[in-house]
Amino acid sequence: MRYGTEIAWMTLATFLALLGAGFAADAPFRAHMWVLFAVLAIGTIVLLRNVSFEPEQPVDQSAYMDGPIRYGAIATVFWAVVGLLVGVVIALQLAFPDLNLEPWFNFGRMRPLHTSAVIFAFGGNALIATSFYVVQRTCRARLFGGNLAWYVFWGYQLFIVMAATGYLLGITQSREYAEPEWYIDLFLTVVWVAYLAVFLGTILKRKEPHIYVANWFYLSFIVTIAMLHVVNNLAVPTSFVGSKSYSLFSGVQDALTQWWYGHNAVGFFLTAGFLGMMYYFIPKQVNRPVYSYRLSIIHFWSLIFMYIWAGPHHLHYTALPDWAQTLGMVFSIMLWMPSWGGMINGLMTLSGAWDKLRTDPIVRMMVTAVAFYGMATFEGPMMSIKAVNSLSHYTDWTIGHVHSGALGWNGLISFGAVYFMVPRLWNRERLYSVRMVNWHFWLATLGIVIYAASMWVSGIMQGLMWREYDEQGFLVYSFAESVAAMHPYYVMRALGGALYLSGVVIMAWNILMTIRGYQREEVPTTGTTPALQPAE
Amino acid sequence: METYTAMRHFADSWGLLGMTVFFIGVVLFTLRPGSKQHADAAARIPFEDDKP
Repeated sequence: MRYGTEIAWMTLATFLALLGAGFAADAPFRAHMWVLFAVLAIGTIVLLRNVSFEPEQPVDQSAYMDGPIRYGAIATVFWAVVGLLVGVVIALQLAFPDLNLEPWFNFGRMRPLHTSAVIFAFGGNALIATSFYVVQRTCRARLFGGNLAWYVFWGYQLFIVMAATGYLLGITQSREYAEPEWYIDLFLTVVWVAYLAVFLGTILKRKEPHIYVANWFYLSFIVTIAMLHVVNNLAVPTSFVGSKSYSLFSGVQDALTQWWYGHNAVGFFLTAGFLGMMYYFIPKQVNRPVYSYRLSIIHFWSLIFMYIWAGPHHLHYTALPDWAQTLGMVFSIMLWMPSWGGMINGLMTLSGAWDKLRTDPIVRMMVTAVAFYGMATFEGPMMSIKAVNSLSHYTDWTIGHVHSGALGWNGLISFGAVYFMVPRLWNRERLYSVRMVNWHFWLATLGIVIYAASMWVSGIMQGLMWREYDEQGFLVYSFAESVAAMHPYYVMRALGGALYLSGVVIMAWNILMTIRGYQREEVPTTGTTPALQPAE
Repeated sequence: METYTAMRHFADSWGLLGMTVFFIGVVLFTLRPGSKQHADAAARIPFEDDKP
């Protein structure tokens, strides 16, 4: 019987959600449990309608398990549109505060919705889908654990929905990039352990003796995120049917734990995982092996040995001991080397195939992603230097830096991977339109440039205004004056974000039409060879 | 000695030494003579993915 056990578990979970709503200790928890009840009830009904009593067909073990990857590719594109749309909305809220619609849609609740939607929903789905794609094809083994991969996919979507609705209801533990409360954290831990089991199990049953370097990066991402998530979210709930908990840590220990988590979320979620993508999809798309495999191994070990120490640079000039601040700064600067080694490795993979940059917009997208990786990992260590940080910290410069990394590196490499995977996953000859990829590329690049440039100007202006003293030692500007001065840059930033979003909307249409099996009639981007002229 | 101090001393003596030695070992092992052939073969893994 298909779905028998699943329906039993789902029904039990739905009932527990109902109990949670009934016995809730506070109103936000009650509302949240009703959301959970509705989501689980819908899921149960869908399963019931698809139930089948025929004996189960044996699974073809000689084929790759691509179902969860197909769903993951669609989820990646869907959450990209949602997360970036929320980003444009909050950018406009900063420029035009009247757009704050209290209580659910004010900036304070929408901002974690944006960060979680782009990092964990879009980025997370891209990582899970591509890691399943890559690990099977480089180990030449079917995913381990049967339907466990489906549990990982749907469990992760449920985590996203619960986190997102929780923020809008005002449920937060106020830890950056880890805002979901204790019960969602516990659920994510279970899903993540299942993810680790599927990934590691597939590596263990591989037919290829060597573990390809992309899998090392993916595995370090999964393991480290598990460790970071568990430690950072150690907390005691005030009630088992309530939405409030208190962290195990306090004071400066709490601050350091949060940024140990926060910076390694950048280092292992947004860097190591996406480097796994780079080391598989760039060689595949340009059809050449990685420039130096030995450099990629050194890249891996240096990255994981150094990143874990860089977190304290988020706490310069705070109560954190001076030696710890300096340690964070020194390790951040040392990170220049592995980061640039990796960037050079990615770029040089194109050597001998640079012409593809002109003819293949997907290659262009991936190469630009690596270039942004290089730029962001240059800017980051520079900003971690205490003297620079005294100007840049708490200003929009940080926001600009984060977005050149996130939109440029994480966004573009994920789009490239999606464009690579989708025709292969659905057995299509090619994408619906390669020219639309080109449009996506230019809209995205222009959007990032406008975004980052306006935030540089705004951030440095802001930092300079805050530290401007007159000859008698009084501050020249009030805080509100610095806010008013940023208005034009906030409008420009919203424009940059809107351009980036429009590129992703074009991608969503392109992917949808590819999946439906259409091909747009268009002139190929490979260009036409000019007719040879006889010599005179 | 209190736990914090003990762990702190271990971290900046034997712990630091152990990690440094491991890291240097990894780099030397990666660059050992004869590793290039093996690495070049490993770099071709993504192109041999037709069937599991």
